[in-house]
Amino acid sequence: MIPATAVDATCDRPRVEPVKKPRANALRRLLRRPSAAIGLIVIASFVIIALGAAFIAPYDPVATNFSTVRKAPSIAHWFGTDEIGRDVLSRVVYGARASLLAGVVSVLISISVGVPVGLLAGYAGGVTDMLISRATDALLACPFLILAIALAAFLGPSLTNAMIAIGISATPVFIRLTRGTTLAVKAEDFVLAARAIGNAPWRIAIRHVLPNIVPPLLVQATLAIAAAVIAEASLSFLGLGQQPPQPSWGSMLNTAKNYIDNSPWMAIWPGVSIFLLVLAFNVVGDGLRDALDPRYS
Amino acid sequence: MTTFIIRRVATIIPTLVFVSLLIFGLQQLLPGDPAMILAGEERDPTVIAHLRETMHLDQPFPVRYAYWLRGVLHGDLGESLRLQQPVRGLIADKLPVTLELACIAIVIALAIGIPAGVVSAVKRGTVWDYGANVVALWGLSTPNFWLGIMLILLFSVTLGWLPASGYVSPFDDWRANIASMIMPAFVLGNAIAAVLMRHTRSAMLQVLSSDYVRTARAKGVLERDVVLKHALRNALIPIITLGALEFGTLLSGAVLTEQVFTIPGFGKLIVDAVFNRDYAVVQGVVLFTATAYIVLNLLADIAYAIVNPRIRVQ
Repeated sequence: MIPATAVDATCDRPRVEPVKKPRANALRRLLRRPSAAIGLIVIASFVIIALGAAFIAPYDPVATNFSTVRKAPSIAHWFGTDEIGRDVLSRVVYGARASLLAGVVSVLISISVGVPVGLLAGYAGGVTDMLISRATDALLACPFLILAIALAAFLGPSLTNAMIAIGISATPVFIRLTRGTTLAVKAEDFVLAARAIGNAPWRIAIRHVLPNIVPPLLVQATLAIAAAVIAEASLSFLGLGQQPPQPSWGSMLNTAKNYIDNSPWMAIWPGVSIFLLVLAFNVVGDGLRDALDPRYS
Repeated sequence: MTTFIIRRVATIIPTLVFVSLLIFGLQQLLPGDPAMILAGEERDPTVIAHLRETMHLDQPFPVRYAYWLRGVLHGDLGESLRLQQPVRGLIADKLPVTLELACIAIVIALAIGIPAGVVSAVKRGTVWDYGANVVALWGLSTPNFWLGIMLILLFSVTLGWLPASGYVSPFDDWRANIASMIMPAFVLGNAIAAVLMRHTRSAMLQVLSSDYVRTARAKGVLERDVVLKHALRNALIPIITLGALEFGTLLSGAVLTEQVFTIPGFGKLIVDAVFNRDYAVVQGVVLFTATAYIVLNLLADIAYAIVNPRIRVQ
């Protein structure tokens, strides 16, 4: 722990040093990294685009117009039009909603299941830990996307079910990470002290262990959003995510691949959008990892 | 070593039990009567009656699971309702195509990832290091189905060098086989190359700062030999485990890649099964994939213990 004050041995009076705030320092270190700062700007831009889609999109994303079928980019349609005359730019703008929503909601599902279960496994130990760990191994043994496809297939194709499928498939990573970090924190002196003064196990786990395992979880959550955005696009590409006519970058690419020889613009912009958003989350995740690493303090 | 292997094999048994429970439990997610749903849109009463009988739907969950598990242990993964063929046979038919794709993808990933990781570590902090890191980030962030579409646009539509889709068996025409596999394999290997690059860089940095490398340098060994003979050999050991772990990425990637390039492999099998509501095939494919992943990890651990005796002691 960093002391709030320190006594300067060379002075008669105690010298008050400014309190170091680890979170503020970490944020400062994160913003000092140009790549992470750009990544944050890109994410913020996509959030603004998703929230303000109704004001930003020049056309209705589902409105068809058979007089403008597969038109190349022009002043009227900056990103061109698709196979039934819908404006690609408007669909890309609205598609940001599905991708961001899927990324954030599925990771929230993973965290809300994975963290309590991992905390229980790490803190309780014994048979509970053994059972949870084996179940986690079983989930981890199923490749992420294949499990998500299987779950989405059994649940039925929709964006909500895709988010649930991605959330469940990503949960074991959070269980394992939380369990591992809980085991490390559990052995710390302050946890022993909390136990010695008679705190209940659930109180120690929530009040003392949980706040100390947040940094690695935050890093994992950021990287998991990147993976979830790709997973949602993949499921939508396969027809298991957002259903037509609602726009999604993945489903736009699925349609675009059939017209790649004469309407390549249909494939370029949704792909660039996925790439930029995923890259931004990956870069911020990497930056957070370095910023929250005590060795960089 | 024998004790290590027995102990390690024992640990996979509960995991396999959980995997089987999970995959059998997927059926429980189907809303309503599974027999009605599994019978498809025709809802043929004969099929429904047959399903009820073969799936023991009048029995409780544990009994049904026990029947299903007994079948699986005897190699019976069920039957495809659409194709009227055993799932095991379908997997056996499609697997060689995906394995060929995966093998070429791994070769491409190794050819890109390891040299890039070595150069990045040796030239740490230089433009080479930054360049390799940018390429790795690009590989990790590019959706492989989009990369596939873009490669089709460039090499098939614009340049006309490679076929846009389809598969030719190497036994029919090996040149056409390579032409049809090179783009999908690159797409699949791209993301793995990025992971390999990052791991190789990290392992090389660790090894390059160790005492024996310093000693080799102090003795006047050529820098090229220090890097390739002393450092890289040891840095590559963890790649054994990584190779097994990336098996899952390969199969997940293959699902999308095979869809983009219309390759009739394992990935296309599961996607077609999903759209035809052929749930026995979906279950069979997931069970086979998970079991193969667990067994590959076991083999990787044993291989790792052979090359690194400290693991056995631990």
